[in-house]
Amino acid sequence: MQAICEKPESFIDTPTHFCPGCGHGIVLRLIAEIIDAWGIRDKTIGLAPVGCSVLAYNYLDIDMCEAAHGRPPAVATGIKRVHPDHFVFAYQGDGDLAAIGMAEIIHAANRGEHITFIFVNNAIYGMTNGQMAPTTLVGQKSATTLSGRNPSNDGYPIRVCELLSVLEGSSYIERVSISSPENIRKTKKAIEKGFKTQKEKRGFSLIEILSPCPIYWRMDAIESMKYIDEKMTRTFPLGIIKDWE
Amino acid sequence: MKQLLTGNEAAAEAAIYAGCRYYYGYPITPQNELINYMSVRMPQVKGTFIQAESEIAAINMVYGSAAAGGRTMTSSSSPGISLKQEGISYLAGSELPCVIVNIQRGGPGLGDISASQADYFQSVKGGGHGDYRVIVLAPSSVQEMADLVYDAFDLADKYRNPVLILGDAQIGQLMEPVEFKKEFRENLPQKEWALTGAKNRNRKIIKSFYPVKGELEVFNAKLQNKYKEIEKNEVRYEAVNIHKADVILVAYGTSARICKEVVRKSHQFKFRIGLIRPISLWPFPSEFIREMSERARCMLTVEMSAGQMLEDVRLAVEGRCPVHFYGRTGGGVPTSLEIIKKIVEIMPKNRAAKTLLQFAEVK
Amino acid sequence: MAVIKIKENYCKGCLLCIPVCHHSSLVVSENLNDQGLHPVRFKEDGKCDGCKKCAVMCPDVAIEIYN
Repeated sequence: MQAICEKPESFIDTPTHFCPGCGHGIVLRLIAEIIDAWGIRDKTIGLAPVGCSVLAYNYLDIDMCEAAHGRPPAVATGIKRVHPDHFVFAYQGDGDLAAIGMAEIIHAANRGEHITFIFVNNAIYGMTNGQMAPTTLVGQKSATTLSGRNPSNDGYPIRVCELLSVLEGSSYIERVSISSPENIRKTKKAIEKGFKTQKEKRGFSLIEILSPCPIYWRMDAIESMKYIDEKMTRTFPLGIIKDWE
Repeated sequence: MKQLLTGNEAAAEAAIYAGCRYYYGYPITPQNELINYMSVRMPQVKGTFIQAESEIAAINMVYGSAAAGGRTMTSSSSPGISLKQEGISYLAGSELPCVIVNIQRGGPGLGDISASQADYFQSVKGGGHGDYRVIVLAPSSVQEMADLVYDAFDLADKYRNPVLILGDAQIGQLMEPVEFKKEFRENLPQKEWALTGAKNRNRKIIKSFYPVKGELEVFNAKLQNKYKEIEKNEVRYEAVNIHKADVILVAYGTSARICKEVVRKSHQFKFRIGLIRPISLWPFPSEFIREMSERARCMLTVEMSAGQMLEDVRLAVEGRCPVHFYGRTGGGVPTSLEIIKKIVEIMPKNRAAKTLLQFAEVK
Repeated sequence: MAVIKIKENYCKGCLLCIPVCHHSSLVVSENLNDQGLHPVRFKEDGKCDGCKKCAVMCPDVAIEIYN
């Protein structure tokens, strides 16, 4: 019997701590697949954020660095300047990147850092049990917006890709989703392009991935993928927002 | 060869000499000379200079470069150091070496831009969260700034711990002759614990997170053992005119310079004035102070604050002799005359009475 | 025809793989795994052409496919 699909070598063999149907498992597996395919395990350093994916380093068999909440773009900058020929990527959630870390991501983009940013957007704060995120949709209920996000008090969801595209230092920005096998394949291509951007020293790349949080969206996994397709993409349209090609 | 440099510039050049090739900073008075100097000097030695978007970003860039095995430094002043506290806690908790320079200014809040020593608590008691310590070194001259910044990198690597250089606006901005006598370091050996890409080895993780029950307590014990080693080996201080001193001044940094002037003027008095100048504020020279407190009539702590190091002196003395305090806050700098008046006030009356009138004529 | 192997103790029963299989070869198992959840299982008479969509969809790397 020959295996035609099995666990990537760079993905550590362990059950994950993520909730059933959480998108993190899919995205981390894609990163591991790319590391395997490119053979770059020994020259890749990843950044783990604060949030549900704080334990991302338990799943990827590469050198990894923790960062304080929101600071992966700064920490990654510090690492990339020491190892400019290594692949450095940061993995962040919506609170990490678009709330507390907003200044850091904008300035990393502005400096055109040759770093790939993987932005997992599930429009909620999972780890801290379900509060509003900067990307929570208008009307979406959360632990701090019990009657639904109300713009007059809570502001609007932030479109990070569009925001960063204005900065000259940003080179490749794409928004994808993992709601279906086709979309997951597109996500993998986008992450690969992010790595390619870094390899060719073309500057800052960011891939925003619309991902589910079934628990705090109060849905089952299948419904949550539908929510992405039908609701999230209306606020966060999929596609390439900026490209160097 | 001696150069005339500000303390800030001397700190920057000393860092370059020590092999620091990654500097991340943000402008704030009174340490701007340091970041300005680095922006020119770092590219000259093919290092990295980034003016970061904030002090928070800068300390996190330091975290990254330290994790990746580089010698790295940031500098700021009081309010900016407040911003860095989370980052410093993370650096200590991840056992990462680095050098942080604090050129103190008046506080609290926005305060002012002149010298103060009101960040002692923040520096020594750990302004960030958790049970950690940073090594704190306090220069009192431009030459000493250069020497201590250089040593700081070696200490940081030796113990895998952040080292804080505690200066102030005066030492940072005054210009004195300075000589860089130590070896110009380049091509330093790689650190076996650093993140360099997992080539032919198991991968490494740099982190401070220990969520599995019991692990964090074990890790904290490891840190405490490290701190005990540092306390045993790295105490630094200077003692001036200490033999049979009646009054011992305890002061660091700029306050110590002024106290040295008091000691120089003290020949006029019938009692001896000595000075203990802690150079390492952590580890604190508690043992030496305790020893001296058994022989002195009293001690007088002089600080540009409302009394912070005072508490550590009292802890070290543990009641063996009275410990008095003279301080100026909010950018005020004590004069030697003020300190002498205080000494005369606290010394027993039968010794002081004659001296007061005599001194009053001396300008 | 390809064979699907489910790592039962890694599967969390999120069921995302079930609708993506165009042969409907995956169903919920009546058994409970170590995590106290019902994993999925490959039907005894299930068909598989090795399209890999289930493995692509799986967030737990719990599906392996063999020829």
